[in-house]
Amino acid sequence: MFSRGYKTAVTVPPLAWVAVFLLVPYLLMFCYSFWSVSPSTQTIVHSWNLDNYKELLQKAVYWQTLLRSMWIAARVMLFSLLLGYPLAYFLSFYAGKRKDLLYQMVIIPLWVSYLVRAYAWKTILGSDGVLNTLLQYVHLTNQPLDFLLYSPFAVVLTLTHIYTPFTILPIYAALEHIPRNLVEASHDLGATPAQTFWKIIFPLSIPGVVAGATFAFVLSLGDFLAPLLLGGPSGIMISNIVVSLFGAAYNWPLGAAISLGMLVIVVSLLLFSERLEKKWSFS
Amino acid sequence: MSGPTGNRSRSRWLLAHATAVFAFLYLPIVVLILYSFNGQGVGGFPPHNLTLDWYRTLFADEAIWDSVFYSLKVALAAIAIALGFGIPAALALDRATFPGKALFRRLVLLPLILPGIITGLSLLMLFKLADVRLGLLTIVLGHGTALISVATTEVFAGLQKLDRAQEEASLDLGANYWQTFWRVTVPNLKLPIIGAALLIFTLSMDEIAVSFFLIGRDNTLPLEIWGRLRRGITPEINAVSTIIFLFSLVTIVVWYRLRVRAEGAVEAGAELIAAADSEHS
Repeated sequence: MFSRGYKTAVTVPPLAWVAVFLLVPYLLMFCYSFWSVSPSTQTIVHSWNLDNYKELLQKAVYWQTLLRSMWIAARVMLFSLLLGYPLAYFLSFYAGKRKDLLYQMVIIPLWVSYLVRAYAWKTILGSDGVLNTLLQYVHLTNQPLDFLLYSPFAVVLTLTHIYTPFTILPIYAALEHIPRNLVEASHDLGATPAQTFWKIIFPLSIPGVVAGATFAFVLSLGDFLAPLLLGGPSGIMISNIVVSLFGAAYNWPLGAAISLGMLVIVVSLLLFSERLEKKWSFS
Repeated sequence: MSGPTGNRSRSRWLLAHATAVFAFLYLPIVVLILYSFNGQGVGGFPPHNLTLDWYRTLFADEAIWDSVFYSLKVALAAIAIALGFGIPAALALDRATFPGKALFRRLVLLPLILPGIITGLSLLMLFKLADVRLGLLTIVLGHGTALISVATTEVFAGLQKLDRAQEEASLDLGANYWQTFWRVTVPNLKLPIIGAALLIFTLSMDEIAVSFFLIGRDNTLPLEIWGRLRRGITPEINAVSTIIFLFSLVTIVVWYRLRVRAEGAVEAGAELIAAADSEHS
């Protein structure tokens, strides 16, 4: 029904835009990662070599920071799932008439400014922040606890706060799509509530869990603002190194090599989780 | 109140857990708002000397308002770009076949799931290569590109529910494609388009990771706040954050109402979240 001209008219402009502003920049990042900075003139030398990758493999600081970032992201993912799954389950099966209201209450923090929320945690966790002064006010402590802010703990806490709603929504959607008569059938055939949950409900919700986990992990892995604001020296993540390489340290090629590494990790995770979801989806 | 696996103690345990998670999600927001009225600065328990002074300071703060207007400009331009290219992209995904379609679909959605730093830096390299000075233009292009994904997913979902018979009738009765697009397709997609515009607006007003790398001399509102955080904090930042919060709250609730009208509650939020999973959208 749609003519060739129509199809061309709707296809070419977005295709061209995506090519220029997404595809070319990614390719450029790839090229940059093989270039270098001339030590004498501080300009970028367009000669192709593997030096940046060699440096990444040789210097421990990059590996250690990458591993620390993955460890932070893994904790954020785990805590978000532990907080998010039971809540999604409650919403889907127990919330009754309040379902719609509670669902909106999950969506709202999701769209509240990232910066606003990270800042709020900073004011709560600081040494003269709300939590420390509260603890002293009720005489639980008599001096500020200093591990609260400027630590990996603060980063994990804040990112968990930010990404928990991201895990709730896909899990909730997966739970909502489970035909209720399956659950009833399991019941009628004599399964205990625990059996029904582990044999019917949980397996059918796995695609949602995988989607939520991927979001939490991938987005935390690349975060650089929460570590800058709340992480302190021990909470530095891989993206912070990239930021400094693109800024004061002025080594774009090395920064590009790290970014490309992150891009590869992230895209492989996305493809992997897509396969997992497909494997576990029942429709 | 009895679920499928429901005995009473289990449902009570779930209720307690849900209450705790909601407390965790909302506590920082409550603290933030509360301390915007605190005369003694951002820390210190209990808050005392409640005052509106910080709001007065804020309303007299020209740098903040300049950044608000700058952000508004960026957001409106981002909406124009994202809708201008996102709507055709959704139509293309729905109706055309072309080589590289699968790759195209993935690429469009990628900025939604990719950490902002990758989108920001890759665009920075492009602008450097093309010798474009960082400023309004680069931020607008960054936001527009990152948010095409939102327009595409929202409109694509609308198209899946659209009855093509109307468009067919319009074409049979002699209207051309251009007329059919404006008089039949767009009116039928009104809700997803308005919804997408609202989301793009909110996301753009909040965006910081991409803007961080593409900023010129002028700051967007989030970057202005960011700059001040580095210099030390005052309840004025709480005040501006409170206003931002109320603003996003209104936008999101309006968006949600529209979305529920268009297709029901479950799909509303989950769709955007699941959007990056191209195969399922």
